[in-house]
Order: sequence, then structure tokens, then C-alpha cells
Amino acid sequence: MTEAPFQMCGVRKPEARWRRLMGGMSWKIVVLAIVGSVAPVLAFDGGDSQVRNCTWCHGAGGQGYTVAPRLAGQRSEYLESQIKSFREHTRDNPFSRQYMWGAVASLAPQDARDLAAYFASVPPKPANDGDSFLAVRGKTIYLDGIPEANVASCYACHGPNAEGVRNIPRLGGLAYAYLKTRLEQWGQGYHSGMGTPMPVVARSLGPNEIEALASYLSFVR
Amino acid sequence: MSRSPARRCILLRGTTRLSRALQASMLALAFSVACHAEERAVASPGGLEAKLEYCKTCHGLSGQGYRGYFPMPRLAGQQPQYLENQLRAFIERRRTNPIMANVAHVLSPGMVSALAAHFRSLDPKPFGGAPRGSAALGKRIYEEGIPEANVPACSACHGMDARGQNEIPRLAGQLYDYTVGQLTGWAKARGQGSAVDTSAIMAPTAHNLSRSQVEAVAAYVGYLP
Ligand code: HEC
Ligand code: HEC
Ligand code: HEC
Ligand code: HEC
Repeated sequence: MTEAPFQMCGVRKPEARWRRLMGGMSWKIVVLAIVGSVAPVLAFDGGDSQVRNCTWCHGAGGQGYTVAPRLAGQRSEYLESQIKSFREHTRDNPFSRQYMWGAVASLAPQDARDLAAYFASVPPKPANDGDSFLAVRGKTIYLDGIPEANVASCYACHGPNAEGVRNIPRLGGLAYAYLKTRLEQWGQGYHSGMGTPMPVVARSLGPNEIEALASYLSFVR
Repeated sequence: MSRSPARRCILLRGTTRLSRALQASMLALAFSVACHAEERAVASPGGLEAKLEYCKTCHGLSGQGYRGYFPMPRLAGQQPQYLENQLRAFIERRRTNPIMANVAHVLSPGMVSALAAHFRSLDPKPFGGAPRGSAALGKRIYEEGIPEANVPACSACHGMDARGQNEIPRLAGQLYDYTVGQLTGWAKARGQGSAVDTSAIMAPTAHNLSRSQVEAVAAYVGYLP
């Protein structure tokens, strides 16, 4: 099963059980249901049909919904780079293949740029759904790395407040499960861009480090 | 060692117990797996190869430098003596940088020498990306200095090809942002504390260059192979 991301975190939080339920096949049904029926409710998203094509999955205001990550407040250069990666099938994990390859297949470059600029301009809300005990250690790893274990400090690239810069993404406030899955996937051999440092960074992280980092980052605003 | 694997596991055990009531068996299983993984992660990276890969996550996959939130300098082709000096300066806090202080303090002297020797032999293309407009002015400053501002020719020490020698660094192919940052912030980051070190040689020159002169010379050296 490739949809294992939720299996590890099932023990920690009340929401964990919910998350586990959302894992595997069931969330896909949820998304399909949303695509089919809830669209009119989201008409307040600027009324722009381009934007609505995305917020069907990415939630109202692009704040993220289940496994579709928050796009609000993300760096526009990063968003554009990922749309390109989906189009070129470079970003190749199962969720990307199943949902994003199709979603951007017919998106013109100018539309991609406009959507990226739009979502970057929406103020992001933090998910706050990690484990606050683990977050303490996560913060230390984020800032200092673990030099004796060759874990690079995330701060050097993602910035002091996890805000990102240029094509390096904002991490602060992304959902715990999304962050955890992403960090695990590089270790499993999936890609998201060409020649980026993240596969090497992620290879140095054990499961405890990943949970601590994902917890910490979910709270950063 | 504040972060030995054993301590880390005990720490985690404490927080996990605090956090949620769990079946004892699940708990035990989780720990044996987690601690095992951590021991592996801490034990294997003693080697040079693993350390180099780690340096290159930040300094570029072929040592050519990388633009993160902070610019991370090119190390490829750098003088080993200079690299060793700087790593020691980070460890002794004569050169202040929170990221490199952490990286450097766990390196043994033998590792420092081995790393420095490795980067010497790398020769990737310059990172590029510097504004090109002022490179002609930069070349003039580099080769002739600015006598009226008490700025010596850089080439006198760094060499006509800007590849440096011994404790004088290579500037060729260095990231533009990084060079600008160093020359404009010299007194705040280098030569800290009471001991006088090699950074004092550059201090007056860095001080006497204006911002636009720094940008010109940084652009010029940034494109040199
Ligand atoms: C059918 C559901 C669906 C639709 C419609 C959809 N997305 Fe996605 N999107 C996802 C999922 C699921 C992911 C997570 C992929 C992964 O885990 O790699 C994702 C990921 C992304 C990412 C990567 C974000 C990051 O932080 O790396 C971007 C960018 C993105 N989508 C943009 C868009 C845009 C723009 C649109 C509208 C044109 C859109 N999406 C429409 C489901 C969808
Ligand atoms: C040398 C620079 C660098 C360092 C160090 C670094 N990152 Fe990244 N990170 C990137 C870049 C560039 C990307 C975007 C390209 C990609 O996805 O590979 C990225 C992407 C990510 C993403 C994907 C975000 C999303 O929206 O999908 C996560 C999660 C992440 N990094 C976490 C971390 C963590 C945790 C650390 C520290 C352990 C870290 N990074 C250290 C450069 C870095
Ligand atoms: C987490 C990112 C990161 C990692 C990992 C890292 N560095 Fe650095 N390094 C930096 C940054 C940022 C600077 C710039 C410091 C400054 O601005 O003063 C730097 C500067 C340096 C310098 C000074 C170069 C010069 O031209 O003066 C040396 C030498 C150096 N690093 C060596 C290493 C070595 C060797 C390793 C591996 C053991 C390493 N670094 C790992 C981020 C990193
Ligand atoms: C008298 C010899 C001398 C002259 C002349 C000189 N430098 Fe230097 N430079 C040095 C030395 C020695 C260092 C190493 C300082 C240290 O150890 O901290 C250095 C370091 C530097 C650095 C830091 C490199 C790095 O990787 O961090 C830069 C940038 C630099 N010099 C630029 C210049 C420029 C530009 C000029 C001409 C305007 C110049 N230098 C003239 C001796 C000199």
C-alpha cells in the first residue's frame, strides 16, 4: 500500500483516528464527492472558475483539505515550479499522479503563473495539528540540524520562521500529515523537482525526527 | 555529548508516556523500532563520504554554492588552508554564523583536513546569476584597486585568476550574494573576540569599499571560472 502515511501517527492525537480514516481509499471518495456536489458552496472564492478548479480539492481559500495541501501564502515561484513538475510528471508520488497530473494537464503557463500569484497572496492559516510535545524537539532540529548525524539545519534554506524564499517553500503551518508524508516520500525514492537538495536532507531523517519536525512546523505561523 | 542516541530515546520515552495512554505492548514496539533507527542514523555518518554529502546539501551538490534563505558559498576549488582556517574560526567563534558554528563544532581535526582536501579538487562551473552591468568596473577594481580610496588591487593577494593561495581564498566563481554579504558585513562577522587572525588582513579593504564598488567586484569575480 502506498497510502501508508497515516499508519504511523495513529497513536498520538484524537484527530489521528480521523486522519487514519481519511487515509487509504476513503479520502478519495470524499474528494470525489466534493468535486461532484459542494462546488456551489465555494463560490465565494473570488467567483473565478480557474481558482475554483483548485479549491474544490485544496479547500476554501486554498487553506488545504485532507491530503491536498494548503496553497494559501505559499511562495509563488515554488507553486509555479511544482505545477511544472506535475505537468512534466517529475513529481511522481501516488497522490500527485492521481490528482495533480490531471488537474494541471491543460493549464496554460500564464494561467499557472496567475494562479500561483493568487494563492501566494491569500493569508495562510496554520494547521496546528501536530503533537505539541514533539514540537519542542522539532524546533531544535529545524534551527540547528543534528550535526553529528549529518542532518542539515532547515533554517538555512527555509528561513528563520519557515517562511521560505523564491522557489523554496514556506513550511510553517502546513498540515502535520502532509509534511510527514512528503518527508517520508523522498526517502522512498519519489521526486518533486530536478536536482533539489531535499532527497539528501530527507535521507538523513529517521521516523522520530520526521514526526518532531512535522509537529513543530504545523504550529508555525 | 548532549544528543547521544540513548539520551534521545529516554527523552522521547518520557514525552510519549506523558502524552497519551497507550497499550504497553504498542509502546514497547514503537521504542525498539525508533531507537534502533536512531542508532543507525547516528552511528554511520562518521565517514568522510556521509559528511561530504551533508556539506553538499547546503553548499550545492557539486560544491558550486547554493542560494537558500542565506547564500551558501562555493567551496569547490577553494584553498584547503583557507577552508581549514575558516572551519576553525567558526568553532572558536572568531567568525560568527549560527549555522556553520553548529556544523563545525562536531568535526575532528582529521575530518577538517580531509574535507578541505576534497573540495580543492572539484571544478564545477560558476553558479552565475550576478548582475552583469558593473562587471567592467569590477575588473578594474580587482586588477588596479582604487588608490584614492585606499583600496589595494585585489589581484595582489587573491591572484590575477582569483584562485587564491594558502590562507588567501579563491574568489573565482563565488556566489554574488555571498561575496556582497561578506564584504559589507565583514566587521560584524569576522575577527570577533580578542585574538587577531587572518581576517584582519581584509578588514581595512572591506571597510574602504563602497556598496556599489562591492557589487561591481563581486559581479566580476562571480563569473570567473
Ligand atoms: C482532485 C483534487 C485536486 C485538484 C482539483 C487540484 N489539486 Fe493540487 N493537489 C492535490 C493533492 C492531493 C496534492 C498533494 C500531492 C502530493 O502529495 O504530492 C496537491 C498538490 C498541489 C501542489 C503542491 C503544493 C506543495 O506544497 O508542494 C500545488 C502547487 C497544487 N496542488 C496546485 C493546484 C492548482 C493550481 C490546482 C488548480 C488548477 C489544483 N492544485 C487542483 C489535489 C488536487
Ligand atoms: C539546501 C536547502 C534546503 C535545506 C537545508 C532544507 N530544504 Fe526543504 N526544500 C528545499 C527546496 C529547494 C525545496 C523545494 C524543492 C523540492 O520540493 O525538492 C524544499 C521542499 C521542502 C518540503 C516540501 C514542502 C511542500 O510544500 O511540499 C518540505 C516538507 C521540506 N522541504 C522540509 C525540510 C526540512 C524538514 C528540512 C530540515 C531537516 C529541510 N527541508 C531542509 C531546500 C532545502
Ligand atoms: C545547513 C546548511 C549548511 C551545511 C550543512 C554546511 N554549511 Fe558551510 N556554510 C553554510 C552557510 C550559510 C555559510 C555562510 C556563512 C556566513 O555567511 O558567514 C557557510 C560557510 C562555510 C564556509 C566558509 C566559506 C568561505 O568561503 O569563507 C566553510 C569553509 C564551510 N561552510 C564548510 C562547510 C563544511 C566542510 C560542511 C560539511 C561538514 C558544511 N559547511 C556544511 C551552510 C551550511
Ligand atoms: C593584502 C592581501 C589582500 C588583498 C589586497 C585583498 N585581500 Fe581579500 N582576503 C585576504 C585574506 C588573507 C582573506 C582571508 C581572511 C580570513 O582568513 O578571514 C581574504 C578574504 C576575502 C574575502 C572573503 C572570501 C570568502 O570566501 O569568504 C573576500 C570576498 C575578499 N577577500 C575580497 C577581496 C577584494 C574584493 C579585494 C580587493 C578590493 C581584496 N579581497 C583584497 C587578503 C587580501
